[in-house]
Amino acid sequence: MNDKLILGGREFSSRLILGSGKFSLELIRAAIEFGGAEIVTLALRRANLKGNQSILDYIPESVTLLPNTSGARTAEEALRIARLSRELGCGDFIKVEVISDSKYLLPDNMETIRAVEMLSREGFVVLPYMHPDLSAARRMRDAGAAAIMPLGAPIGSNMGLLTRDFIKILIAEIDLPIIVDAGIGRPSQACEAMELGCAAVMANTAIATAGDVAAMACAFRLAIEAGRAAFLAKPGRILESGGEASSPLTGFLED
Amino acid sequence: MEDITSEILQQVLAESEKYSPEAFTPDDVREAIEKQKRSQRDFAALLSPAAAELLEPIAERAKIETAQYFGNGIRLFTPLYLANYCVNQCVYCAFNGSNKILRGKLTRDEIIRELNAIAVTGLDEILLLTGESREKSDVEYIAEAVETAAGIFSTVGLEIYPLDTGEYAYLREKGADFVSVYQETYDTAIYESVHPAGPKRCFSYRFNAQERAILGGMRGVSFGALLGLGDFRRDAFAAGLHAWLLQQKYPHAEVSFSVPRLRSFENHPEGGSHSVGERELLQVMLALRLFMPFAGITISTRERAGFRDNVLGLCATKISAGVSVGVGGHESEQKGSEQFDISDPRSVDEIHRAIQTRGLQPVYTDYIRV
Repeated sequence: MNDKLILGGREFSSRLILGSGKFSLELIRAAIEFGGAEIVTLALRRANLKGNQSILDYIPESVTLLPNTSGARTAEEALRIARLSRELGCGDFIKVEVISDSKYLLPDNMETIRAVEMLSREGFVVLPYMHPDLSAARRMRDAGAAAIMPLGAPIGSNMGLLTRDFIKILIAEIDLPIIVDAGIGRPSQACEAMELGCAAVMANTAIATAGDVAAMACAFRLAIEAGRAAFLAKPGRILESGGEASSPLTGFLED
Repeated sequence: MEDITSEILQQVLAESEKYSPEAFTPDDVREAIEKQKRSQRDFAALLSPAAAELLEPIAERAKIETAQYFGNGIRLFTPLYLANYCVNQCVYCAFNGSNKILRGKLTRDEIIRELNAIAVTGLDEILLLTGESREKSDVEYIAEAVETAAGIFSTVGLEIYPLDTGEYAYLREKGADFVSVYQETYDTAIYESVHPAGPKRCFSYRFNAQERAILGGMRGVSFGALLGLGDFRRDAFAAGLHAWLLQQKYPHAEVSFSVPRLRSFENHPEGGSHSVGERELLQVMLALRLFMPFAGITISTRERAGFRDNVLGLCATKISAGVSVGVGGHESEQKGSEQFDISDPRSVDEIHRAIQTRGLQPVYTDYIRV
């Protein structure tokens, strides 16, 4: 079956995007291998390009890097980080994170929209992390976003798809890949996101802090594949309990 | 001295005066542990004597929340003392202006050599320190050091005397990112008695330093009380509330804590009436972690290696390594006496390995200057 995730003109077979910020470096390779991830995010502020232990040494070359702008509080700061990322040879993909709240780390949609505009103009493949708001998503799409990355729950919380109903609206209304970013804590939650029609799921804390990182990465891969397969199979209607009409309600019509 | 008239000071003093640690029961503590979002009252309960009996379940919860917010990462840094001239007479401090110790300050060339010697160890975050002397270590002197440091390190922190907003803005422009100011004690009577002379006597100017630093454009600020000067529960409560209120007012600001406790020093033999043991220190760190799970906590070399290693990932998120607390001392002989005795002299490599042994990830860079 030719079911590819297409981002910025590139094709990916895996729909698990792996975050890297909360890992022990030795375990990243195992998570990539067992999770089958082809895209790994990288906080540029953690890239540590002059130290003796760079995160880049732990990410296989076959994997597409998705650098993020974490640390940016405004669109202008996101732009500076993105340019730096390009200069450092991290490619044209950029995940926009503009966060101006140090307590909850929730994204600032307004600044994010501005950042998408600026970065698209400079030719980046822009994937904005955002709070699932339809108007904001439309503006990001119109500004040139390659995908929309709504949060499922506060980052690191493992609480799952708390924003389920709003993500469903984005899936229905926005003709771009919708990728759930943040909050996914269990494979079952990732599976549900895929079943709803999300194009991919991003996970970090859930895998990085698991007792067995490799096994959990594998569980996420299987859950995401199952959810995607279910979505493509078009889930049947779920029967609600309660009364059923005994005769057709429209049976009285004569012509 | 600039007066920014902040409402936070009155709030912290009023609330910490009302705080009565004895009023909390084990049930209050258990309730605080279970909650997802904790209130000021929960924080008070976690600092109470009742909570001292429940350290194990508190620690279990703290470990989970530390992992949730910080993953496996532990940040490393080291301090560089630029000068130890001081016009204050803090009775607990070795740099006390009336102490006859070896005084010195690093020249521009010495600063460059020290910074380069530190950078060779792999460290990428530096904390620059001075005593309080606007004559011997003025803002221009500090600015030069900041500019040099910013060219070598990704992150530059300052632990210097409190400044005006404009001065913070100037140092920010030169490349400083974070500012630490410790209030020492939030008990104004004790504060006055342990600071008999010098500009540090002005409680409010010091108290409002973090706010001025934020207004000056600094990315983050650090808080702390010198535990043991006064009632440590009340002081820890006040420090936590101070940070909490400032973060509420400036949601973009990163806040963090240090938890120094009184150890022996020139004017103060070990074992005063308020002495804080490891158990009490850990309780304070755990209470801060649960009250503000997003805030970093730094563990200093005042503590022994075994304590430091065990709090990593449990509640602490940042650790100093390869530390010298005299003026200079990284590249050549130090030029001034130490501020305190360190209990953990391990090198950067040794600390790196200790972090890895615990299944955690040493992080040298987690900041980008934008």
